[in-house]
Amino acid sequence: MGSRFGRFVADHWVLAVAALVLGYLLLPVAVVAGLSFNQPSSRLSYDFAEFTLDNWRDPCAGPGMCAAVLRSVQIGFVATAVSTVLGTLMAFALVRHRFRGRAVVDLLVLAPVATPEVVLGTSLLALLVAAGIPQGFWTVVIAHVMFCVSFVVVTVRARLSGMDTRLEEAAVDLYASEWQAFRRITLPLVLPGIVAAALLAFSLSFDDFVVTNFNSGTTVTFPMYVWGASQRGIPPQVNVVGTAMFAVALLMLAATRRARPAGARRGGKAR
Amino acid sequence: MRRGRALPYLLLLPGLLWLVLFFLAPAVQLAATSLYDPAGSLTTGYAMTWSFGNYPDAVAAYGAQLGRSFGYAGLATLAALLLGYPLAYVIALRAGRWQNLLLVCVVAPMFTSFLVRTLAWKTVLSDSGAVVGLLRDLHLLAPDGRLLATPVAVVTSLTYCYLPFMVLPLYASLQRLDPRLLDAAGDLFARPGQVFRRVTLPLSMPGVVAGTLLTFIPATGDYVSAELLGTPNEYMVGNVIDAAFLVRLDYPQGAALSVLLMAAILVLVVGWLRRSGPTELG
Repeated sequence: MGSRFGRFVADHWVLAVAALVLGYLLLPVAVVAGLSFNQPSSRLSYDFAEFTLDNWRDPCAGPGMCAAVLRSVQIGFVATAVSTVLGTLMAFALVRHRFRGRAVVDLLVLAPVATPEVVLGTSLLALLVAAGIPQGFWTVVIAHVMFCVSFVVVTVRARLSGMDTRLEEAAVDLYASEWQAFRRITLPLVLPGIVAAALLAFSLSFDDFVVTNFNSGTTVTFPMYVWGASQRGIPPQVNVVGTAMFAVALLMLAATRRARPAGARRGGKAR
Repeated sequence: MRRGRALPYLLLLPGLLWLVLFFLAPAVQLAATSLYDPAGSLTTGYAMTWSFGNYPDAVAAYGAQLGRSFGYAGLATLAALLLGYPLAYVIALRAGRWQNLLLVCVVAPMFTSFLVRTLAWKTVLSDSGAVVGLLRDLHLLAPDGRLLATPVAVVTSLTYCYLPFMVLPLYASLQRLDPRLLDAAGDLFARPGQVFRRVTLPLSMPGVVAGTLLTFIPATGDYVSAELLGTPNEYMVGNVIDAAFLVRLDYPQGAALSVLLMAAILVLVVGWLRRSGPTELG
């Protein structure tokens, strides 16, 4: 009896703590959404003053903000495309092939993840300056691809190694050429992993501040804009962008979950 | 596993080239820069003089910020573990069909801009906000006490930023735990506390190790929280490195601090991994 009562208390105590922690995690997002409807009393005030829809009606009112968002989207697309291709190829090599030097490759892929961003950013800056390469749009792309590749490899690799290779063998047994087996069986099964990796890469690139700060020169991305504005006073439209990003990401997530075929969903759980 | 000896290398080549050119080579250049003649400048150029003295000089000037980085990151990691564990536990073992929704809630904050979320803490912890008001009423804070511009604000924000990276690996290892083991321990008259200490916690250690690494490493290098929510009294080594490279243009010193940060992290991480065994990171 005593143990049952103890268990009841333990369970509910844990549930209450978990709920509070979830609240802590979600509170800033709620605040950002709330502040997107705020008319601040002064440029440097972060308190909620007055309800307004103006920020949503004209999100581009703050000078330069929408150009910065656009720049971030452009950089995000290029960095995502390049890092997804490079990372997917690497993941295939690592999961599907035996070769010498694999431990070194593993280490090189994981090292950027285990390095603080400030070290990644300053290293690249030191190299660019030593090589006399001016910083700008393309150096930001280079930097973003560098740290996104590792995340793509990890994501696609998890998907690939959970996959049943007998499906491809069966296709080859049924006289599919190796290329056909790849196109018709492997690729569709790995695709959800590749899509997830691409979404992850885009969100990492779009949101990156630290590495970008060291390698952007005069190129202003959205995080760089927010950083600069935080010294002069943040326009409330920044919160509109924050809230819109959140909404778009949730929609994308819902869409990818829906698009996943039932078999693939089970395959993902295998590992 | 397929044959074709050259194929894996061809697949790896572009990605490896990218990592060698833009991760490895820069790391070597950073180490080289940290040994440049500190008398040089960006305009006149730096001479390689193997000035190992840059390191003691950097520690003498900014040892406090370096120490603070590890102190704050350690506190944030501990807080994230204490907060993240119950949440991961509930999601993995008690959530039933709500599991996926709760996981989305854990990841969801990362969909909004990191800087904008950090700035949101300025609103939450504001002097006229509800949190400060409540703490003042409870006499936990002096009537004119503040949270903003204190270490509390910086550690709160650091904990918040990296909490998802703690919860996800914890969840992954707890979710793999066979609930029958917990039942068995209970059947054998273990009290809930004992079940946790003797069964749940040891089996989730890979998640604990991975989570603490994924929280601690980025938190030591973070300087956004200290910059936006603190004052120069809360500055961490990242703030100093940022200023050295972008404001004071003292590259050798900035590079020396970066290398010191990385070296200290490596020592701590290797020590921690030796003690604790395998991790969720694989």
